Amino acid sequence: MSILIDKNTRVMTQGMTGKVGQFHTVNCKAYANGTNCFVAGVNPKKAGEMFEGIPVYASVRDAKAATGATVSVIYVPPSGAAAAIDEAVEADLDLVICITEGIPVHDMLRTRYKMQGKRTLLIGPNCPGLITPDEIKIGIMPGHIHRKGRIGVVSRSGTLTYEAVGQLTALGLGQSSCVGIGGDPINGLKHLDVMRLFNDDPATDAVIMVGEIGGSDEEECASWIKDNMRKPVVGFIAGITAPPGKRMGHAGAIISGGQGGAEDKLAVMEECGIHITRNPAEMGRVMQKILKGS
Amino acid sequence: MAAHVSFKRSTIMKIHEYQGKEILRQFGVPTPRGMACFSVDEAVAAARQLGGTVWVVKAQIHAGGRGKGGGVKVAKSLDEVRNAAQQILGMHLVTHQTSKEGQMVRRLLIEEGAQIVKEFYFGMVIDRSKQRVALLASSEGGMEIEVVAAHSPDKIHKVWIDPVVGLRDAEVDSVARDIGIPAAALTQARACLQGLYRAFVEKDAMLAEINPLVLTADGRVLALDAKFNFDSNALYRHPEIVAYRDLDEEDPAEVEASKFDLSYISLDGDIGCLVNGAGLAMATMDIIKLYGGSPANFLDVGGGASKEKVTEAFKLMLHNPNLQAILVNIFGGIMKCDVIAEGVVAAAREVHLKVPLVVRLEGTNVELGKKILAESGLPIISGDDMADAAEKVVAAARGK
Repeated sequence: MSILIDKNTRVMTQGMTGKVGQFHTVNCKAYANGTNCFVAGVNPKKAGEMFEGIPVYASVRDAKAATGATVSVIYVPPSGAAAAIDEAVEADLDLVICITEGIPVHDMLRTRYKMQGKRTLLIGPNCPGLITPDEIKIGIMPGHIHRKGRIGVVSRSGTLTYEAVGQLTALGLGQSSCVGIGGDPINGLKHLDVMRLFNDDPATDAVIMVGEIGGSDEEECASWIKDNMRKPVVGFIAGITAPPGKRMGHAGAIISGGQGGAEDKLAVMEECGIHITRNPAEMGRVMQKILKGS
Repeated sequence: MAAHVSFKRSTIMKIHEYQGKEILRQFGVPTPRGMACFSVDEAVAAARQLGGTVWVVKAQIHAGGRGKGGGVKVAKSLDEVRNAAQQILGMHLVTHQTSKEGQMVRRLLIEEGAQIVKEFYFGMVIDRSKQRVALLASSEGGMEIEVVAAHSPDKIHKVWIDPVVGLRDAEVDSVARDIGIPAAALTQARACLQGLYRAFVEKDAMLAEINPLVLTADGRVLALDAKFNFDSNALYRHPEIVAYRDLDEEDPAEVEASKFDLSYISLDGDIGCLVNGAGLAMATMDIIKLYGGSPANFLDVGGGASKEKVTEAFKLMLHNPNLQAILVNIFGGIMKCDVIAEGVVAAAREVHLKVPLVVRLEGTNVELGKKILAESGLPIISGDDMADAAEKVVAAARGK
């Protein structure tokens, strides 16, 4: 078991034939059951062609009809990425994972507005994607650092997620699923949405939640955890040393008007029963200690 | 398209007040008549050309709080304009948003004076949790909205704008009444706020403020100030905004970094950090602090760092005279550890590195990467994990 995706998931790739899309499609296909999972590509100009044995279709709708794929991963460049999400939503896919970094915020505002009342879930944009170890990897994370197990990971950043995963694996703690929700201010699934899924997943025993300065997603997730979560959660927030008003690479990571500071978030999380650590090197060890104690 | 590349993963783009007012006027928001000036003589000539008996001389820097810092003066004669311009031009204006040294004033805005009856605050921001553009309005014009939010949050009125319908008349009227805009000025206020919203959306703004919007003695509604931040990810479709860029207002190190597609922010400490990924870069700064050190910068080399990029990153860090040590923290995914190791070795050689260098590598091809570092003959200190690396770099920075 896992959340959102497993070895039976069938995936189409929007932007598969670009440089980035090609590179990651090859890697995803090579991981675990990837050969069976990655069944289609989408590019209106290259319909009918093949890449690495994967057929290219003119539209998301065509790809879905021909292959039964219900999940899409997007590598389309920033100027066309929001429209690519729109197309996947229009085709009623179950899940869209948008890897693209640098989509204009106003484009995402319009796309999220159009998604209201639709069934499609969105992960990202500006995210590493998600993985269920030993079954399927959709995204740009290095597959080999993961190990199958019972810890869920949800994070707003890319390499910091790998850091958390790497620590878990080094301690012999495998992962059920790892989800990078992305660092942009306007995105799809939040910490809270992913936490709900982990709570209901019988294959997940505990969760590591990695956050960043900016916004109030972590606080909202924390208060939900306080009332609903049946599993232990370890939390870390990056950006204690960030100066106010500066953007740390991610558009979302702004402290403005005294909101969204790392210390504020950590205080709320601790109050809600999350096992917080201020040391990013200790995420795995804190988890290990909790699992031993319980 | 070059402008797009240079801003990628960099900061939000800010502009000057006079540029913001140009945008407002394009969208039908009235402002006082004014002219941007670069010298004292130009300032006097501008005042003469504008005519009237009262002028305002305003420092143009990319920071708020200019009035309190002495950067805004009212002049009642051309001599007073000259004096004010002389005082303000070239001064290092210190406000709560500048560094301690202040920001040098190189540009002025000379404006006709306005007889103010009442001041209001209007702002527009992106509300992340509601995923809408939010209009903020307050009767406390001229005050900073953060201060109002802290002392009397009930005085801030909010409207979440439907992206398809836009800002409706009824919404503007309602908020205008709430903050005490008189009925006679409603039509003008509507034009101002709907114009501000159109500018916000069409120009891809992340933040816009008119503080204050004023009601004048002769019954006009005017934007007396204008502040805009733009989404750097959208600048590729706004060459007219890119043209407003003023490099004098930006940190030279950050400008240099943006040329190489590096995301760099200068900080006060003495330990340089070179990291891949924004989250891990912040966490690296945090752990340096946790072990008693102080980071000199935030530096995210991104997903595809070449040898050239790493070399430029080293040069940037070495420009900082306070630098005592460097920590490289890479979690290789797409970026392979052997490639980054080669880049680090080449960069250290090219810049004749004198400060201690601690490198922590993890991820794809890590053993190969460590071997390259060990066999380089350079005095590179290897960190086993983040904690070990942080401890070692803090000790090295203290000369231990």
